[in-house]
Amino acid sequence: MSIFPFIVVAWVLAVGLYGIITSRHLVHQIVCLIVVQSSTYILLLGVGYKTGAVAPYFYDIPTNTPAVDPVVQALALTDVVVEAAVTALLLAFAVQAHKRFGTLDPEELRQLQG
Amino acid sequence: MTPSQRRWVFLVAGGGFLAFYLWGLIGLPGFGHYPGPYGDIINAIAVTQTHATGVVSAVNFEYRAFDTLGEEFILFIAATGVATVLRHLRQERDTSAVDEARNRDVPATSDAVAVVTLAFIGPTVVVGWYLASHAQTSPSGGFQGGIVLATAFVLVYLAGQFIVFKRLSPVALADAIEAIGAGSFAAVGIAALALGAAYLTNILPLGSTPGAVNSAGTIALISFFVGIEVAAAFILIIGELLEQTLIVREGTGR
Repeated sequence: MSIFPFIVVAWVLAVGLYGIITSRHLVHQIVCLIVVQSSTYILLLGVGYKTGAVAPYFYDIPTNTPAVDPVVQALALTDVVVEAAVTALLLAFAVQAHKRFGTLDPEELRQLQG
Repeated sequence: MTPSQRRWVFLVAGGGFLAFYLWGLIGLPGFGHYPGPYGDIINAIAVTQTHATGVVSAVNFEYRAFDTLGEEFILFIAATGVATVLRHLRQERDTSAVDEARNRDVPATSDAVAVVTLAFIGPTVVVGWYLASHAQTSPSGGFQGGIVLATAFVLVYLAGQFIVFKRLSPVALADAIEAIGAGSFAAVGIAALALGAAYLTNILPLGSTPGAVNSAGTIALISFFVGIEVAAAFILIIGELLEQTLIVREGTGR
């Protein structure tokens, strides 16, 4: 099945979005956002994959060996680190929200805002 | 909007997304049939052009170095943001990082945990430096190496106490290292400008052997700066979050 990985992408994206929509806890919501972002890694790596190709590292193999697309791998790599930092920032917001309002339920937070 | 209404909106929108997504997939080449040509061209020329055998690093720190500079500043700003957002509220006070509850004893870190984590600190630092300094040869680079280096400091926290973690990674020092890492990346680019080349052009000698540690010019240098910046940023972030748990308490202020 040549489109199976792309179906997985859509599934992971949908599961994460559903989690964000139905979540009753900010930390849970942030975890769901990580799930959503994970779908982009599968998409990136899936787009660049070539059947029978090796990883784009030519340390001990000839440079004409078929290798997968290095560009999408580079994108996924920086994405992972940036995601971790952004997650920390969102968790910091959750900490402050809990301090100010005493709750992490998005519904109650909205009611507090009026 | 009630939760059930929201779920219906999601179902409708999700159905629409799925339809368009499947429609889009029909036009895409199937999995495993990479159409190229960008990745193929880079794979073909990168080793001769940059003398880096790790083409992913060559893309990150050479062909798309400007893009990576942007990503790195996202990381920088996120770390700054964590520190800003977690600044003390007016009614908060600091406590010492020692449990204040009188009715229970604080269990000391067990010897088993302390021994294992202490034994891992040295190897972790070595692996971190190895990864950060071998971007040009193997699947590694500043991002991975920096994270591993930051882990070494978390091991210190696990093995001992928050105080030791803080003493080993003072905020001012981590701040400075983070800024130096991020700034040096930009400065490497500016050095190319001073020599009349385009921003972030690889201006250093490439070395004679592709795959040698001292090859690939600025790729190795930038990877190193990214490594110390990522390490410092994550030590800052982890330190801030631990401080929230262990030191900051509600109170009347001092």
